[in-house]
Amino acid sequence: VHIFSQSHLCLVMYQVLKEAVCGLIAVSWLASRPIRIKQARNLSSSSPVVSDSARFSHWTLIESCPAKDSWQAVGIGGRNRIAMSGPSSGCGFLMSVVVHGDLALNEQEKELNQRLKRLYPAVNEQETPLPRSWSPKDKFSYIGLSQNNLRVHYKGHGKTPKDAASVRATHPIPAACGVYYFEVKIISKGRDGYMGIGLSAQGVNMNRLPGWDKHSYGYHGDDGHSFCSSGTGQPYGPTFTTGDVIGCCVNLINNTCFYTKNGHSLGIAFTDLPPNLYPTVGLQTPGEVVDANFGQHPFVFDIEDYMREWRTKIQAQIDRFPIGEREGEWQAMIQKMVASYLVHHSYCATAEAFAKSTDQAVHEELASIKNRQKIQKLVLSGRMGEAIETTQQLYPSLLERNQDLLFMLKVRQFIEMVNGTDSEVRCLGGRSPKSQDCYPGSPRLFNSPVHKASSSQTYQTGTAEVEMELDHFSNGVSESSSNGFLNGSSTHGIDLEECDGDMGEIIIWRQLCGGSQAAIERMIQFGRELQSMSEHLRRERGKNSANKKMLKDAFSLLAYSDPWSSPVGYQLDSIQREPVCSTLNSAILETHNLPKQPPLALSVGQAAQCLSLMARTGSGSCAFASVDDYLH
Amino acid sequence: MMACLLEAPLRISVLSEVTATSRHYVDRLFDPDPQNVLQGVIDMKNAVIGNNRQKANLIVLGAVPRLLYLLQQSSSSLELRTECAVVLGSLAMGTENNIKSLVDCHIIPALLQGLLCSDLIFIEACLRCLRTVFISPVTPVQLLYTDPTVIPHLMSLLSRSQHTQEYITQIFAHCCKTPEHQTVLFNHGAIQNIAPLLISPSFKVRMQALKCFSVLAYENAQVSMTLVNVLVDGEQLSQVFVRMMQRDKPIEMQLTAAKCLTYMCRAGAIRTDDNCIVLKTLPCLVRMCSKERLLEERVEGAETLAYLMEPDIELQRIASVTDHLVSMLADYFKYPSSVSAITDIKRLDHDLKHAHELRQAAFKLYASLGSNDEDIRKKITETENMMDRIVSGLSESSIKVRLAAVRCLHSLSRSVQQLRTSFHDHAVWKPLMKLLQNAPDEVLVMASSTLCNLLLEFSPSKEPILESGVIELLCSLTQSDSPALRVNGIWALMNMAFQADQKVKVEIVRALGTEQLFRLLSDPDTNVLMKTLGLLRNLLSTRPHIDQVMSSHGKQIMQAVTLILEGEHSIEVKEQTLCILANIADGNTAKELIMTNDDMLQKIKYYMGHSNVKLQLAATFCISNLIWNEEDGSQERQDKLRDMGFVDILHKLTQASDPNLCDRAKTAMQHTPWWIEALMLWTPFGES
Repeated sequence: VHIFSQSHLCLVMYQVLKEAVCGLIAVSWLASRPIRIKQARNLSSSSPVVSDSARFSHWTLIESCPAKDSWQAVGIGGRNRIAMSGPSSGCGFLMSVVVHGDLALNEQEKELNQRLKRLYPAVNEQETPLPRSWSPKDKFSYIGLSQNNLRVHYKGHGKTPKDAASVRATHPIPAACGVYYFEVKIISKGRDGYMGIGLSAQGVNMNRLPGWDKHSYGYHGDDGHSFCSSGTGQPYGPTFTTGDVIGCCVNLINNTCFYTKNGHSLGIAFTDLPPNLYPTVGLQTPGEVVDANFGQHPFVFDIEDYMREWRTKIQAQIDRFPIGEREGEWQAMIQKMVASYLVHHSYCATAEAFAKSTDQAVHEELASIKNRQKIQKLVLSGRMGEAIETTQQLYPSLLERNQDLLFMLKVRQFIEMVNGTDSEVRCLGGRSPKSQDCYPGSPRLFNSPVHKASSSQTYQTGTAEVEMELDHFSNGVSESSSNGFLNGSSTHGIDLEECDGDMGEIIIWRQLCGGSQAAIERMIQFGRELQSMSEHLRRERGKNSANKKMLKDAFSLLAYSDPWSSPVGYQLDSIQREPVCSTLNSAILETHNLPKQPPLALSVGQAAQCLSLMARTGSGSCAFASVDDYLH
Repeated sequence: MMACLLEAPLRISVLSEVTATSRHYVDRLFDPDPQNVLQGVIDMKNAVIGNNRQKANLIVLGAVPRLLYLLQQSSSSLELRTECAVVLGSLAMGTENNIKSLVDCHIIPALLQGLLCSDLIFIEACLRCLRTVFISPVTPVQLLYTDPTVIPHLMSLLSRSQHTQEYITQIFAHCCKTPEHQTVLFNHGAIQNIAPLLISPSFKVRMQALKCFSVLAYENAQVSMTLVNVLVDGEQLSQVFVRMMQRDKPIEMQLTAAKCLTYMCRAGAIRTDDNCIVLKTLPCLVRMCSKERLLEERVEGAETLAYLMEPDIELQRIASVTDHLVSMLADYFKYPSSVSAITDIKRLDHDLKHAHELRQAAFKLYASLGSNDEDIRKKITETENMMDRIVSGLSESSIKVRLAAVRCLHSLSRSVQQLRTSFHDHAVWKPLMKLLQNAPDEVLVMASSTLCNLLLEFSPSKEPILESGVIELLCSLTQSDSPALRVNGIWALMNMAFQADQKVKVEIVRALGTEQLFRLLSDPDTNVLMKTLGLLRNLLSTRPHIDQVMSSHGKQIMQAVTLILEGEHSIEVKEQTLCILANIADGNTAKELIMTNDDMLQKIKYYMGHSNVKLQLAATFCISNLIWNEEDGSQERQDKLRDMGFVDILHKLTQASDPNLCDRAKTAMQHTPWWIEALMLWTPFGES
């Protein structure tokens, strides 16, 4: 990516974001309309029965929808391919703490983590950790720290300004905060109350008060002046002393800073601030003691209200971003994006209806779409064995050529065996429910990094309304194509009757492999096969840490009497089928020279990627432009 | 705008043509076939939308009475009646002249009558039209209250639909202009009926409901006290308002919610140290003053903030350090800016229109900020060109600006330091004197009040003001009908007479005239009386002045003193009077006026034994002056007073619990050593 200048980049980002987001809005808007397209169960009807309105904007997608969990690569400007991390990238640090639970967090730390997460959701703490305390390493010797490095006291002679001493926080303020805030309470003003609160860059002399040197900024208690990289202050605010709470707010969007005193904003103190500043305090006379609050406690000043204002401003800026003279082009592009998305995820009936009403051509044969849909359905209902078999039948060379993919599918099959959902063990188990899966068949649109519990719940309640499209080709698909190519073999109609009809049923008890001894034996045998396949792969193609970890995690399930509630139990969650499903779908599409990512998901990914690039290049507005906000 | 530009040159040639088509529309209203009439009204509706000239033509051609007739006829179909209301509503959307014509045709009672119909669509059309008529400044709001059944009926319609809610609350918000209106609405359950609308799903309804509360609560303790106890969906109303002030809410909503809380606070329903005032309302109003806001919002924000903190020094202190408010206000004086004049004629027009409003709002806010705290006053006077701005504000053409400027000056004049420095440096007394020559009472009150401060003894402006012939002016103020002006006039004279030359005192007495002086002593306003007594006291200060004044006006003064001491007056008034008496007792010849007046001596004796220490002290002071033994005839006076029984009283007072009184009595006793001896005999153990 060529970065011409920050502001230019910023604009380009916004444009990309805006474009992507508009597409999203179109689709998510579709999804939220109350009128539904119902797929007819009638076998003779191959096209959907569309409710009165022919305007596509009034439809809701009700087909079962695979949601993908990550896109492996996105292109920007067609030149760069950037590997993206998984869904937890936004809050990796916090997640790891929560998941492993090794750390006995005390209440204060928990509160701190919660507050920081709420205030700065866009910050990726693995990349840019937030300041949580003062740094015991980055301070002058006259500074003493106590109380978890939150309390600062002066321990020098305090005779002349040469005895001034400062301390910086552990980390600089990440740009992705958008708006950053911390407070300092004056516990004692000591002898003269020569205290300075502010910001400084790494490497600024600590034998000084904040504000006196280049890249250093401070507000001083004795005279109420602000010091902007200068030994002489400017009249700024009131003086402060014992008992006062002074806040410092950095706006990383317009690079300004203002202070607060006892919850009252004192107005802008500094403009044109450089990036990567650290919270800093400086003391100069004996007895001076101050406590920092980086989010450990509620703030006196209502910073969230200030953030609300900026969020609104940024969002208004995005909404008002001009699209210029490309109005017509715009609409056509959005329609294309929506259509390709529907095709990609094999919502064939909806795709057909959409294409008809918007006058577009579908670039893939209908039957081919249906084949992919069939496979996805199997994966998402946990019937991996059948999914692999079907794939091998329809796309004979695909898995042979792609051993890693096959391995991944088999590991998933193993997990589904443990789960008791894979068809092989289900047959052995003799349990009546054919599918214990409660995969909602939701119109989940895209992978969103964090799956909100509420949204999936909403979809689950709607399960009863969902009618599978699968019925109408249970006798096999044999339509021949007049144009386009036929994807896969169309002659093998696989009887999918089995997997229909039990969507609403949720199994409450959980037993290993569905509780059957035979099934357990089959599972163990399968595990051995998997192990040998893994060894085989390693011999042939060298070590693959991803594969190794995958297998290890899967086998770990057997180490627990109740795998579902074990630390590795998340693998059994049906949501974990989604990445598998999308990887397989992408692989199929790729073999036929179709994009392995739908353009819509690509642009969402691109927008998200732009945001993280903005965070890295110091554009604070990324904090208030979360892609998630546009995916209702 | 466009229509106006076109109209002027084209009017004559086009008028006849236009009138012809317009006439056709009106004629169709008289068609015998009701179906044709309906179609005619619908066509008329489409013709008038957005066309002011067409609207004016139809009105001139008499469409309104016919439409009203059709609307009121019960034989008309509901559809026709509704369409008539819609057309009338459209006509009302035009110019102010249109509204006047509609009101003259009695549209209001007709539409109000229409509200009694049961059909919601028709009611909404009537309300929409009524709303448009009532929010116009040319409509007399009283028309809403003429029929006492109207308000309760409107209240009952609030539950019908979001539209009725929006229109009715908008009507209330515009038509509640006096305390009487507030009471009428309050008594008909406005609060209970409107409060739930604050959480309506419609933004317009929430906004209009909020506006209703701001006009209802303004300077109304009854409404405000009720509001604090109202719950909306389980939440206190003040919290609902606080939420409406969140920074992501529309500015109009933030500002109006801040007004509601301000009015509730000023009415005493919310404490000034409540968090919702200190941490929410005040910062919100300061934000409204920022450069980012529209000029109108900045004006309203500043005025509301000034009103909020006027009585509370703590709020003034907080506001003075919030977001650089003091320097932010300096920006209010920069309109129209030099940029707007060159670049954009529309902007210049807009700036000019608001320039006066901005300046007066800034002056008001400065006045409020500086009314108590010396540091804040200093900060204000040190703001760029502040004193110059006030000086030029004093002579601006707009009365509002002059008044606000003089208020600001008055507030700053409470500072001794400013009186001595910036006030003198900028010769503020000059424009102030000019302002006093010919101004409405409102301005005069403030200006004369400021003058009082400028005439204080330590003020360097006192001399030049004296020389400018201010005495005549002040004397004329004392004859005003307004008590405030009389107080200020006499107050200024009192300040002027303090430690003044004989010449000045004589001039004051001459210019005021004894007759006026004594008229003021019987003024119904206690403040006037107090300041007049103060003036007398200042006139009767050094011994030669006392004797001189008393020799010429002694009789009247003694009469007045007697009258006041005998009358029903407050302790303060009587104390002041006794002090005058004490001053008289200090004169050489004037003393005799008391000594020869046994009745007066009895009164002094009475007050020495009064239950109020202040009065005892003043009376004792008076006696002390009379028995002062360094003067001629002190022996005789002492004898007489002893015979009248003052010894006992004085002795008792030497044992008073109040230290001042005790000292005063002892000092007096020292001048009469033989009194002490007499007492020694009388009380063997004596007193130290």
